[in-house]
Amino acid sequence: MEPFQPRIVAFACNWCSYAGADLAGVSRIQYPPTTRVIRVMCSGRVSPMFILEALRAGADGVLITGCHLGDCHYISGNEKALHNVDTARSLIKLLGIEPRRLRLEWISAAEGARFAKVISEFTEQVRGLGANPLRSLAVGNLHRETTVAGLSPADPARAGPPAFITAE
Amino acid sequence: MFPHAMHEMAQQHVAEQPRIGVFICHCGHNISAYLDVPALVESARGLPHVVLVQDSLFTCSDAGLSQIRTAVAERTLNRVVVASCTPRTHEPLFQATCEEAGLNRYLFEFVNIRDQCSWVHMQERERATQKATDLIRMGVAKAALLEPLEEAELVVQPAAAVIGAGMAGMTAALSLARRGFAVTLLEREREVGGLLRRLDRLYPTGASAQALVEHYAAEVGNQPHIEILTLAEVRGVSGHIGDYLLDVRLGAPGAHSRVSVPAGVIIVATGAEELKPAGRYGYGEDPRVITQQELEHLLSDDRLDQPARNTHDAPGITLHSVRSVLMIQCVGAREESRSYCGRTCCLTAMKNAILLKERDPKTEVHVLYRDIEVHGTHFEDYYAQARDTGIIFTRFSPAEPPQIDAGERRAIVFDELLGTRLGIPFDLLVLSTPMVPRPGSRELAQMLKVPVDEHGFFLEAHVKLRPLDFATDGVYLCGSAHWPAHLDETITQAYGAAARAATILSKDKIRASGVVAHVDEYLCRGCERCAGVCEYAAIDLVAFQAPRDPGTLPAGPLSFSPEGSPAPERLVARVNPVLCKGCGACSVVCPTDAMQAGSFTSRQITAMVQAALGD
Repeated sequence: MEPFQPRIVAFACNWCSYAGADLAGVSRIQYPPTTRVIRVMCSGRVSPMFILEALRAGADGVLITGCHLGDCHYISGNEKALHNVDTARSLIKLLGIEPRRLRLEWISAAEGARFAKVISEFTEQVRGLGANPLRSLAVGNLHRETTVAGLSPADPARAGPPAFITAE
Repeated sequence: MFPHAMHEMAQQHVAEQPRIGVFICHCGHNISAYLDVPALVESARGLPHVVLVQDSLFTCSDAGLSQIRTAVAERTLNRVVVASCTPRTHEPLFQATCEEAGLNRYLFEFVNIRDQCSWVHMQERERATQKATDLIRMGVAKAALLEPLEEAELVVQPAAAVIGAGMAGMTAALSLARRGFAVTLLEREREVGGLLRRLDRLYPTGASAQALVEHYAAEVGNQPHIEILTLAEVRGVSGHIGDYLLDVRLGAPGAHSRVSVPAGVIIVATGAEELKPAGRYGYGEDPRVITQQELEHLLSDDRLDQPARNTHDAPGITLHSVRSVLMIQCVGAREESRSYCGRTCCLTAMKNAILLKERDPKTEVHVLYRDIEVHGTHFEDYYAQARDTGIIFTRFSPAEPPQIDAGERRAIVFDELLGTRLGIPFDLLVLSTPMVPRPGSRELAQMLKVPVDEHGFFLEAHVKLRPLDFATDGVYLCGSAHWPAHLDETITQAYGAAARAATILSKDKIRASGVVAHVDEYLCRGCERCAGVCEYAAIDLVAFQAPRDPGTLPAGPLSFSPEGSPAPERLVARVNPVLCKGCGACSVVCPTDAMQAGSFTSRQITAMVQAALGD
């Protein structure tokens, strides 16, 4: 059986982590194609709302990357990112979503290898957590996958909603 | 219906329907060998608002760019998406192409399917193609929501401020002054000259350091376009490219005299200083243990025809009774606490060793080294010359550094090449230490909003493509402030930094980036959270001004008053587009979504998130 391939949404800041991701490419360092990167000017742009929306829409993992603390191109944007991710993590815990689906990493423009490593590690971490239980509820998936009723319980990709969410 | 919903409807009614053109690049084989490009073209055709999809071998070529311009005209495109390499190198090119075709350059979106796709998933064609499909869908979703942005015009002050009047600063100042630009040259010390004031001779020519620095000082002094301020230290920097203002303290630390220096550009030329290795090999305890700079003081003092002017670095001994000199290289360099090579110390040691031999050929000179750094043609010959004068070079390993017997004035060292332990007596022990950043570098970096690296040296925008620029616009870098440099490198970099600065100074006006925050005044409640997080003080609160012709804009209960009676005053945020850097932190804290970062709005990013997951 094909292993479960997680779908990860990542945010990368223009000055450091996006540049680091490009460097991984220039260096031809290979990593799993599980991640979809959204470029932002600063990791501090990433609102908790984006993180929640990604999980609502069925992302199995959300990764925020930015400059190392002290090195932010906009002075303190990454400190704001730290705070925003903490807020998001508290919120997703409240919603019954596994907080390890959210990860924050500082990656500099020089750290191509590290970017690749983070993607690989986070992919495995999320793979171990299984599919986002909200996947089956997300509208987009009703077009692509079979409905909840047709899902096989043994399939690891179909984890189903958490126990306290009951169908009406 | 809520006012903002009416506003939204009106906006959509006014806005034209997006007509998106997608251009997918093969990049030779770099993309097409690893992704199924025809499949990408097919799937892009089915995306909302896409009216045209084309692929080309090299979209950045003349043919590729021409294809875009033609397509914009023939198919009346109003958004352009290019899927190819990376925006960090090619976005400006495609944006300029859009402008040439008559489109606002911010109606362009870049999708990275090479550096972050084809190059990193070379063994997984199907899944990599699926990723590229998703990325293009994300780019198109954002492009549909892009809005034209304005670029503020900045007037450029036709003057430069150069911080540091050593060889780097003086060269840069002269280069700019000769082009006709006014330069303020700021020097923290009492006189200009920097590091060279503390040197005796220069390698590899043996020319006098003092003669050279006096020559430059005279040139700078006689240059009418240069104003020199000594005992001047920068205490604050405000403004932006084209319009900086430096707050400079005049006089010794603690003095109250201040002056404001306006400048269109700033060049950092603050140099570096010699590390004083306290506690290593007896330095600081034994007066016969000195640094190379202190040796240069002795050498020039000893030479009757040119007594040392330099009052720094004066050790309490003379060369008079010195018969044997031992030098140790890499003291405080290439080790765990300071991993870099000092670059200049090998040649400095050779230079001073040769001078000692020229002064008295009977002097025994012994150099203990880990590696000899003599790149290029001239320096390798210099090393050969040093050996020919009878200077002995002995290699040691960092695992077994020389042991100093202070009482007997002897060094015990394990010679790596002979494979034996040697005992070397000395009258004078000279430690070769690397250059380190000057005190105050970090504070200056913070004032200028530029980064430093892990060693405290100033960090350039890009090591290869922009080595003399900072990522911060209008600030440039040269000399040892960047990295310990040989004198010829310092001078070359100074010319380069001056040239970079001149590209700005030679214009009356420049355009700021359009990627800045903007406020929807109808949604703004004046809560000031945005102003509270802005690092650049770019946001202030102003009284809301109702538009003169209320008929053209949607009504809202707080803004429109019938029959021209004055609207009740409320405060709204206002962004200064010249100070704003577009980081977006304000957008995150805005409770009503009034504040949006241009080209990175909440709707655009949310649309990309949804598109990524096929939502």
